[in-house]
This record gives sequence, C-alpha cells and structure tokens, in this order.
Amino acid sequence: MAGSKMDIRTNVQSKGWSRGKIAFAIFLGVLVVFAPVLLQGFQTMSFFVRVLGIIGIYVLLALGLNIVVGYAGLLDLGYVAFYAMGAYAAVILGEKFVTAVQMISNVGLRDFLVSSQFIVMLPVAAIIAALTGLALGTPVLRLRGDYLAIVTLGFGEIIRILATNDFLGLTKGAYGMMAPVAQPLGLSQLQLLPVAIPAIGFNFIFSVNLYWYYIVVLLIVLAVFVVRRLDNSRLGRAWVAMREDEVAASSVGVNIMTSKLWAFALGALWGGLAGVVFANAQGFVSPESFTFMESVFIVTMVVLGGMGSIPGVIVGAALIAGIPEMIRGVAQSPLLAGVIDPTLASAISGYRYLVFGLLMVIMMAVRPQGMIPSTRRAQELHPEDEKVLEEEDQSLWDLKHGADRSEHDL
Amino acid sequence: MALVEATNTTMQFGGLKAVNDVSMHIDEGEIVALIGPNGAGKTTFFNMLTGIYKPTSGKLTFAGGSVSGKKPNEICRMGIARTFQNIRLFSNMTTLENVMVGRHTRSKAGPLQAVLRTRGFKREEAATVAEALKRLQFVGLADKANELAKNLPYGAQRRLEIARALATEPKLLLLDEPAAGMNPQESADLTRLIGRIRASGVTVLLIEHDMKVVMDIADRIYVLDFGELIAEGKPEEIQKDPKVIVAYLGMGAEAMLAQA
Ligand SMILES: Nc1ncnc2c1ncn2[C@@H]1O[C@H](COP(=O)(O)OP(=O)(O)O)[C@@H](O)[C@H]1O
Ligand SMILES: [Mg+2]
Repeated sequence: MAGSKMDIRTNVQSKGWSRGKIAFAIFLGVLVVFAPVLLQGFQTMSFFVRVLGIIGIYVLLALGLNIVVGYAGLLDLGYVAFYAMGAYAAVILGEKFVTAVQMISNVGLRDFLVSSQFIVMLPVAAIIAALTGLALGTPVLRLRGDYLAIVTLGFGEIIRILATNDFLGLTKGAYGMMAPVAQPLGLSQLQLLPVAIPAIGFNFIFSVNLYWYYIVVLLIVLAVFVVRRLDNSRLGRAWVAMREDEVAASSVGVNIMTSKLWAFALGALWGGLAGVVFANAQGFVSPESFTFMESVFIVTMVVLGGMGSIPGVIVGAALIAGIPEMIRGVAQSPLLAGVIDPTLASAISGYRYLVFGLLMVIMMAVRPQGMIPSTRRAQELHPEDEKVLEEEDQSLWDLKHGADRSEHDL
Repeated sequence: MALVEATNTTMQFGGLKAVNDVSMHIDEGEIVALIGPNGAGKTTFFNMLTGIYKPTSGKLTFAGGSVSGKKPNEICRMGIARTFQNIRLFSNMTTLENVMVGRHTRSKAGPLQAVLRTRGFKREEAATVAEALKRLQFVGLADKANELAKNLPYGAQRRLEIARALATEPKLLLLDEPAAGMNPQESADLTRLIGRIRASGVTVLLIEHDMKVVMDIADRIYVLDFGELIAEGKPEEIQKDPKVIVAYLGMGAEAMLAQA
C-alpha cells in the first residue's frame, strides 16, 4: 500500500458495485416494472397483480420495521399500530379533505383535488404515524429487550381495540369504513390506452390493482433510498454503536433516548405510508386487518430476511407475504379451475402459521443472521466473548433499578 | 480553580460503600494517577465522574459545573471522555467508524440532511472522517482504519479506545487500566502516548496497576483502599508511604512499588 492513497471506507457495507451486480439490478428493475403489465394482460394471470400489490405493502412495512429492529436493535411487536394509524388517518382525514374541496366551484380543479386526495394523505399519515411513534416511544423506550417488546405489543392491541370500539365516534367500530374515492389521480387517463393482441389472448387495460402496485413500488424505492442514506450518516452510526454497546455509546456522547426515538419515529413513518396505500387500494379499512399476528408477520419478515439488510428484508417480506397469497390466489384463479377445490386451497394457506413458525425455529437454529444477512449483523451473530459485557450491562441495569447485587465488574 | 473537584463523594451499593467520603481535585494540565488494590473503588469513581452512577452523597464538579445527576452523553459534551477497564469498543464497526462515533458531539447533521445529502452534511461527514483519521494517526492505528475493531490485537484495541475518546475533544481523559495485559514494550509506548496526550492540552486521570507506568508519568497520585482515600502525593512520596505499603501487602507490595 506504500505510497498509494489508502482506500477509506466509512461503512463496512459500502463496497463498490460490480458489473454483475449492476446487470442484475437492471434486470430486476425491468422485471418489477414490466412483469405486472404482462400478467395484467392475460386474464388468467391478472390476479397476480393484486397479489404483487399486497406483497409490496408488506415490503414497505418490513423496510420500516427494519429501521427499528435491524438498525436500532429495538424489538417492536406492535408495529401494526402505525400501519393502522396510517390507514385510518387516510380514510378519516381523506374523507374530510374530499368534503372540503367539494366547495370549490371550478370543476376541473375540484376533480383534480378529489382524485389526488390520497397523495395529500401520504405525508399527513406519515407525520401522524411518526408522531404516534414519538408519543409511544417517549415513555417506553427506557425499557429494554423483552419489556419493550411486551409494551409495544400491548400498544398495538390498544390501537386495534380502540378502532374496534369506535373510538371517539371516528372509526365506525368493527364494521370498518370505506375509503373516500375509488378513482385515483390519472387512472382514467391511463385506462384510455388499452393494448390488445387477440392472437395470443393478450388484452391489457391499466387496472386499479396495477395502479396501486406502481404506487407501492415508488414508495419502496423511496424507502430504500432514504434508509440507505440514513444508515450511512451520523444517526446511522449512532444506531449501530448503541446496538453494540449502550454504555460505550453514551460515554462518547450518543444520546440513547434521542437515537431510539428517531428510530421509532422514522420506522413508524413507513408504516403510516403503507397504511394509506392499503386503505385506498382496498377501498376499505377495518380493525381485523391490524391484529397482533400482522405485527408478528412483519417481525418474521425482518428476522428471516436478515435484520438490517435491505435486500434481505425485501426478500423476507416477498416470501412471507407472497407464498400464502400465491397459494390462495392460484387456488381461486381460473388457472386451477377443476384441479383443486378453492376452499381446500384456502385451508392450506391457513397452515402458514404452522409453516412460518417452523421456518422461524429452523432459521434461528441454523442461520440466525437471516437469508441475506447484513454484513455487520452476520458478524454480530457469531459472538465470541460478549458474555462479560452482557453481565456488566446487567449489573448497571440492576443498579438503576434498585436490585442489590454484590457481583459486578465494569 | 481545579478542573475536577470531588468533595466528600460517597457511592453506596446496598451495605457497601464502594467510594467513601472521598475528596480530591485535579488541576488543568496534570496527569493524576488513581491507584489501589482491586475492589478499592477506583472504577466506581470513574463511573460517578462519567454519569454512569449518581453519587449517593457529596459534590462532584467539572470545570465549575456539577456532574452528578447528568447523563453520560451530557458529561461527554462537558468535556470528559473515558476508556473502560474491560475494553468496550463497537466491535463490529471498523476502527475508523469507532472513532467516527466519537465525533458524535462534534457534529450535528440530522436525518433530514442525511437523506437530502445537503452540502453541509457532506462537508461535516468529510470533516468527521478527517478528524477521526487524525486521532487514529495520533495513536498509530491509521493503517488499520478499515479493520473491524474486534479483529485488532489487544494492545491496538486499547489504543483505539483512547482514539475514540480523544475524538470527542475532551478536556479531561479518564483511562481505566490502559496498560492491563500489555507487554513492557507496549506499556512503554503507552506511557509516551499519555505524555503526548497531556502535551496536546488534555488533562489525564489514570487508573493503573503497572507501577512503572504510574511512577514514570504521574504528577500526583491518589491512593484508594476499601473506598477510602488513604494517601495523596508525588510518586516518590507515595512509594515510601507506610499506609500505602500496608494497603498493598499481600499483593507482593513492596516489590511492586519498588519496581519503578
Ligand atoms: N454496580 C455495582 N453493584 C454492586 N457493587 C458494586 C457495583 N460496582 C462496584 N461495586 C463494588 O464496589 C467495590 C469497588 O469496585 P470497583 O470500583 O470496580 O473497584 P476497582 O476498580 O478499584 O477495582 C467492589 O467491592 C465492587 O464489588
Ligand atoms: Mg476497576
């Protein structure tokens, strides 16, 4: 290395992109953009577009939760609460927005605003979810590990139960609510361009499902962009440092509470955005979409995929959200008409809990770092002599909480 | 005015007074050593001074401001940095990243600037790298910048912890047994490093069992035993102090103290 300028990396993950990697990325991009068009064009396949949209929403949720679990190392078992906040905010405030703009007399402007209501709701819901994250985080982030997990779990349930009980007359209880408008901005124009090739049975119309699919893809791209930049910044380093050793991190000036709150708020934000898309794509929200099991699924996606790894989390979400939806979708589609009974197929997809539970156990035993681990996490999960530090943390922790221990060492 | 002023500080754990009614002061520019047998309360004193423990009673001030009740990160901001007896590095971060975390209080870019990659953010990030590299050069680890902290040899890890602490630009540096586990060559290097740290304008408080290091470099020494201060003075006075010799008895004390 003598004489040559040393290559300085500020992040263990920042390696250059090889040519193969770039080619793969381009291939993936083309696939993500055009595959749904093909699927949409063939009547028997068009249900896949809807499935892809659902998968996309889970990818977004998993990317958001990954900030909390993967980067900051906080186990949040109530992440679905932020998703619910976003979805309900989209419906309740979206309705108000639509009513308000009805007063505008200029028809063109009015229609434009009505159809773009969900775009207005995206930042609104993101902010509401992030603020909810702060409000929840402030009292509970002092807790550690399992305690934090339990409290967040409880919070998720509280939000769902409030919604079920028609909180303040806002949520219409268990029946749920309709989303404001069916026709989102620009869809009718897009539908003016049908493409049909009758010879091969190709008949493409830009469907609502395809529309929401692309919206989700845009949000995922944005999320990946934002998360990567956060990871490689002062805050991102503080997260890693804090996850590795809170005592050491705070002794070099990291404010643990602030860093955790940022993680919570920035994670919640994506949950809120996913909620807006979900509510509008489905046209309907009700409390049953926000059960504890949803939170568990999202955690599973992050953990199985690889905590702190963006590709890992995306693959994890795609598989875990995708497989059951595929099974159900295929079963109910014309593809298998007569081959398999749709109710039987639904029952099979009902076994997913069992399958994922089993997968989780196996993965934790043989590959705790996940399918596509982050460079750093892969190293962390092969601990060598971390026992000493854990004991120290325990003694500090006991001390702050009045436990009397005579053994210690710092 | 003294940089650090401890007045009758006590730290009690249940029935045990780990630090008992200790008063001491450290002046700016000094290298002060804190010695005493294992379990004497030295590390506990560090932990009080850095906000990990809140003293049960007594007053603890730094540069005129009270320390007790403040959080470790606030105290870091006031100008105290430390190393740990059991090395506490961010083991899966690189050497450079470890020191960059040390720049936390000296930088301020928030998440929004990070996402937008504003000009201010880029400038600050470049400065963070440059400052961190400077600290690595200072302790002689610049060529290990990209290595994971946990893959460094033991002596290098100790120096990295010092670099990380120095990156916070402290007025006072607390070193908890920095020579532990080092061979004579390494501890001689360490002694020189501590000298250079002082020369750069940082006051040093040093816990150390290696009497050669202590006697070579300390201006003054405080001796703790069972939580109580039993002696204070210049190295040559401490070496001869009968109370200190008694405190170290059973540890092959005279030999140990005479070594230096
Ligand atoms: N968190 C704690 N809880 C209970 N006892 C502690 C704690 N920290 C230190 N002690 C006790 O205080 C005494 C002094 O410990 P310490 O300051 O680590 O000694 P030294 O660093 O001088 O070897 C020991 O008896 C130790 O057991
Ligand atoms: Mg000690």
